[in-house]
Amino acid sequence: MSSRDQIFSAIRKNKPAAVPGVTPDLSVVIGYPDLLSQFSTVLTAIGGSCREVASAEDAKQFIASLDKGTFVIDTTAEHPSGLAQLSPAALASVDTAIIRGGVAVAENGSIWVTENEMVNRLLPFIAQQLILIINEKDLVPTMHQAYERISINETGFGVFIAGPSKTADIEQSLVIGAHGPCGMVAVIVRES
Amino acid sequence: MKDHATLAEAFIQDEARTNWHDETLWFVRQKRDKAAHGLPEWEQLREWASQIKNHTLSHMDSYLEEFERNALANGVQVHWASDAAEHNRIIHDIIKKKGITRIVKSKSMLTEECHLNHYLEEQGVEVVDTDLGERIVQFRHEPPSHIVLPAIHLKKQDVSDTFHEYLHTEKGNNDPTYLTRAARVHLREKFIASELAITGVNFAVAETGGFVVCTNEGNADMGTHAANVHIACMGFEKLIPKASHLSVFLRLLARSATGQPVTTYSSHFHKPKPGQEMHIVIVDNGRSNILGKADFRNALKCIRCAACFNTCPVYRRSGGFSYHTAVAGPIGSILNPNFDPKKYADLPFASSLCGSCSNVCPVKIDIHDQLWKWRQELTKAGHVPLMKKIMMKGMAFVLGRPALYRFSGASARWVLRYMPFMVKFKINPWYKQREMPAPPKQSFREWYIQNKKK
Repeated sequence: MSSRDQIFSAIRKNKPAAVPGVTPDLSVVIGYPDLLSQFSTVLTAIGGSCREVASAEDAKQFIASLDKGTFVIDTTAEHPSGLAQLSPAALASVDTAIIRGGVAVAENGSIWVTENEMVNRLLPFIAQQLILIINEKDLVPTMHQAYERISINETGFGVFIAGPSKTADIEQSLVIGAHGPCGMVAVIVRES
Repeated sequence: MKDHATLAEAFIQDEARTNWHDETLWFVRQKRDKAAHGLPEWEQLREWASQIKNHTLSHMDSYLEEFERNALANGVQVHWASDAAEHNRIIHDIIKKKGITRIVKSKSMLTEECHLNHYLEEQGVEVVDTDLGERIVQFRHEPPSHIVLPAIHLKKQDVSDTFHEYLHTEKGNNDPTYLTRAARVHLREKFIASELAITGVNFAVAETGGFVVCTNEGNADMGTHAANVHIACMGFEKLIPKASHLSVFLRLLARSATGQPVTTYSSHFHKPKPGQEMHIVIVDNGRSNILGKADFRNALKCIRCAACFNTCPVYRRSGGFSYHTAVAGPIGSILNPNFDPKKYADLPFASSLCGSCSNVCPVKIDIHDQLWKWRQELTKAGHVPLMKKIMMKGMAFVLGRPALYRFSGASARWVLRYMPFMVKFKINPWYKQREMPAPPKQSFREWYIQNKKK
C-alpha cells in the first residue's frame, strides 16, 4: 500500500463523526466610519506610509516628487520587456518598484497584489522600496470583505502586503527592512 | 535524557536573563491582548475558527482529496509522507535528482519536527535558514527555542558575538539595526543564488488547491520566487475548506502571535511561475493517530501562533529548550506525548494547569484539560517517575481522610513556625529558589468554625 493510501485509510478509520460547517455572520464584524483614515492609521503604525491624491495624474506627480533612487521599475507604466524573466541578480539592484494594488483592507493596512500586476513575482519583495497605487473605492473594512472581492486563484500567485518587511528577532527590537523593502508607500487615488 | 525540571533548573541559573525572558514574552502577550480587544467580535472569531477546524477534521479525507485534485490541476506535484523519514527522503530525492546544492529554507515547524536539516547535512547537503531568528540559531548549532520567536532565548550581545564569528561584523557592536542589516546583506546573496526554496505552509485551501505562507521578513517570498524549485511542506491538518475561511484565520493568527493586525506578507501560492517546479509534501507523522483519540484530537486544530507559549508562566520562566522538542510550550506538551509517550512523559507536568493557554488559544484547543488528561494517561502507562507516583498516592491517602488531613495541616503549620529548619533544606524541592511561606495562625477550617455563627 502506498503512503497516500495508508494515510487516507488511517484518516477514514480515525476521523470523528461529521461536524457541520459554519458560515461567518458578517453582521457582527467590526465596521469603520472612515475606511481611509482607519487604513492610513494602521499602515502608518506598522511602518508604511500613506498618501491620498485626487486623481491618477496627481498620483503620477506625487510619485515623481519622491526620492526613488536610480533603478526604478514601474509596472503601471512602460517597463523593461522581459521583466518576467529578469534574473534575481538583476532585480537585486532595483531601488524602487511601483505596482498597482487591488483591494485594500482598513483593519490591517494590507493591500492585495497579484502576479498580473507585479509581472515578476520577486519584484515587490526584492526592491529596496515599494510603492503601491490603489483606488479609494477598493478599500474594504476587514479581511472578510476582501476575500469576497478577490479570487485567490485568479493568477498563480497573489499576496496581501502590509507595510515594509520587518523583523524583531534580535531582542524583540523592531527593525524595518529585513530582507525586502525598507520602505512602503501606499498612494490612494480618490477618483478612478 | 534530561527532563523539563532539570533543564529548567539550568535555564534559571541566570536570574537577570530569566526575568528578561519572562517579561519580554509577557509583553508580547499584552500586545496580543490589545489587538484582540480591538475587535468586538474576537470571541466569535475564535468560535468560527474552532468550528471550521472541527468540521475539517471530521471531513479530512474528502478535503484532502479535493485539495490534491486541485493542486495537481494547478501544475503542482503532490507527495505523501507517512512519517518524518519519508518526508526527508522525498525532499532529498528532489535535490539529488536535480543535482542542487544551493538551498534556502523559510520557517517550517514541520521540518523541525522531522529534523530535515540534520538529515540533509548527513547526506552532504547544506540548507540555509533564512528567517533571521532561525539563521542566528543555525549559526550557533541550536534549535529554535520558540516557534514564532526562534532566538528569544538570546540577548543582542549573543547575536553580536555570533555574527562577529560568522559574518565578520564589528566586535561588540550590539545594535539590532546594524546586526539585521548585516544579515540582510548575507541572506540576500543566498536568496539570489538559490536553486531550491523550502517553505512551510500556514493554510492550505481545499477548494483552490493553493496554500498560504505568512512572514514579516519576506524571506519565504525572496526564496521561492528566486529559486526554480519550490517545495512546501505541510502536516495534513493545515487544510481548510474554502478561501473565504482564510479571513477568519488570518485575522486571528498575527494578532494572537505578536499583536500585529496581520503579518507583512500573506502569500497565496497556486501555480509555479513559468519554468518553475512546485512540490507539496503532505505529512502524516502520527497525525492520523491523534485524529482517532477523542480526548486529544482537538490539538490538531493548532495554527502555531504560540500565544500559549507567551502566556504560560512555566514556559516564560523555563525557556524553550527545557521542553527538549521542536514544538515546546503548552501545545508542545500535549502534542509530543502522542509521538513518544515515554520520552515526553515529563511535559504535561510542566504546567500549573492555570488554564491561561486555553483562554488565549485562537482555535479554542482545550490545552489545560488535555495536559491534565495526559498526566492520567502517562501515569497509567507507567511513564511517570516512581517518586511522583508515591507522592500522589500519599497525597490521595491524606486527602481522603479528614482527620488525618487536619492533623497533617496542623503539623505543617507547627513545623513551619517552630522548626523551620526541618523544611528549609535542599532536599525539599519546594524550598529550591523559593522562600517558604509564613505559617498562617489558623487553618481555614478553624477560622470557619470560629466565625460561622457571627
